[in-house]
Amino acid sequence: MAEHLLVIENLHKTFGATEVLRGVDLNVDSGDVVSIIGSSGSGKTTLLRCVNMLEDYHEGRVLIDGEEIGYTRHDGKRVRLPNSTIARQRALTGMAFQTFNLFPHLTALKNVTLGLVKVRGLAKDEAVGIARRWLDRVGMLDRQDHYPSQLSGGQQQRVAIARAIAMNPKLMLFDEVTSALDPELVNEVLNVIRDLARDGMTMLLVTHEMRFAYDVSTTVIFMHEGRIHEAGPPSEVFIRPRTPRLAEFIQNSSFRA
Amino acid sequence: MGYQLNFDAVWRNFDLLLSGLGLGLALAVVSIFLGSLIGLVAAFAMVSKNRLWRGLAVGYVTAIRNTPILVLIFFTFFALPQFGVRFDKIESFVFTLTVYAGAYLTEVFRGGLMALPRGLREAGLALGMTEWRANLWVVIPVMIRNVLPALSNNFISLFKDTSLAAAIAVPELTFYARQINVNTFRVIETWMVASLMYVAACYLIAAALRRLERRLAIPR
Ligand SMILES: Nc1ncnc2c1ncn2[C@@H]1O[C@H](COP(=O)(O)OP(=O)(O)OP(=O)(O)O)[C@@H](O)[C@H]1O
Ligand SMILES: [Mg+2]
Repeated sequence: MAEHLLVIENLHKTFGATEVLRGVDLNVDSGDVVSIIGSSGSGKTTLLRCVNMLEDYHEGRVLIDGEEIGYTRHDGKRVRLPNSTIARQRALTGMAFQTFNLFPHLTALKNVTLGLVKVRGLAKDEAVGIARRWLDRVGMLDRQDHYPSQLSGGQQQRVAIARAIAMNPKLMLFDEVTSALDPELVNEVLNVIRDLARDGMTMLLVTHEMRFAYDVSTTVIFMHEGRIHEAGPPSEVFIRPRTPRLAEFIQNSSFRA
Repeated sequence: MGYQLNFDAVWRNFDLLLSGLGLGLALAVVSIFLGSLIGLVAAFAMVSKNRLWRGLAVGYVTAIRNTPILVLIFFTFFALPQFGVRFDKIESFVFTLTVYAGAYLTEVFRGGLMALPRGLREAGLALGMTEWRANLWVVIPVMIRNVLPALSNNFISLFKDTSLAAAIAVPELTFYARQINVNTFRVIETWMVASLMYVAACYLIAAALRRLERRLAIPR
């Protein structure tokens, strides 16, 4: 097996009668920043959610560091792994959501320490140390005692990113983390991600921020109708799209070189 | 009419009324506690994907909520022993009120669960929590806070339902009030004092629950 950090092979996913992912293949190496672009309903979110098994999938494989995620095979039949194993595998990745999803009853600090203490089993002091370091990194240390409802959207999203990364995942999944934000708050979040990318964090991110994808990505993937329609370095995908679909998509987006 | 209010007989028996109130509160606390556990489990069953669990929970809640509590009390006390289930009257009443409370609290908790954004649970799962742990550390703590006002109303109403234990001679406040009424003929005075005692107890319970609500409230 090649040394890819993440391997997605022939991934298929259906919701009822509609096939949302129709055979996705993707390799991500350590340190890669892979942006997923594409029109609404093309399956971007679903693809991310299959990587951490928030959605089951019906065919294909997802491997992280060579370990198959979610399923195993018995006599050629796929069998879903026990929930406890899947829970452990989910911790291999971190996820930031469009709607932040902070725990509303906990302060910013406790949002970050909860997983460290309850899932990773760290002592409280150690967890607080790690949490404070990451809150500082996203510029939220001075708000560590605030509750989510006392923070702006951009601040909540930065705490949510700190919460995910503090768990030390091998791979970060970002799903349109700025689309629920007021325009003036978008950049503070994008800057955090940019900073993490520069630091070598491996990430798979769905975004509608074309300029941002162009700037930070090592690879850009264009999804269309449940497949990867085109993929390549940002300079190719944005400047010299090979397919009319992608050309049209770029044309209609806000992207200007 | 010239009826002279005279509370002497009531005051002489006031310790009985007080002990009755104490028992009523104890019955309520135990039943509400156990009923809350049943309610939580049944609420998760109701929102689960498993049809069997869902069916059982719906059946339980529907059956209990559509039976008058007095009938449930009599059923447990008179009918269950016929099947060989032996209770003393206090156990019998606690059992009934627990089952009854469980059905109403299931509805409260179910509403709370359905009102939560789905991303909350998923955020816990994404951190590597199992379903159970995500429920324990995220879903339940947030849900409970959201339903506290509804919970308080139910608790008070369940406390008042302890007066029905008098029907099977459980010596709580209403039971003693009736006894004093019969023995002393101080009808108005007895029921006046008993009513005021219920009012005061409910008021104090409500005040305590409001304090708890404020303590647990998620800051805005
Ligand atoms: N839980 C679900 N049940 C049924 N259908 C779903 C579900 N989630 C997504 N879908 C459908 O799957 C398709 C892909 O959805 P997905 O959310 O992955 O798209 P997306 O590319 O992320 O779109 P957007 O840019 O709007 O976020 C859509 O047609 C959507 O309606
Ligand atoms: Mg999406």
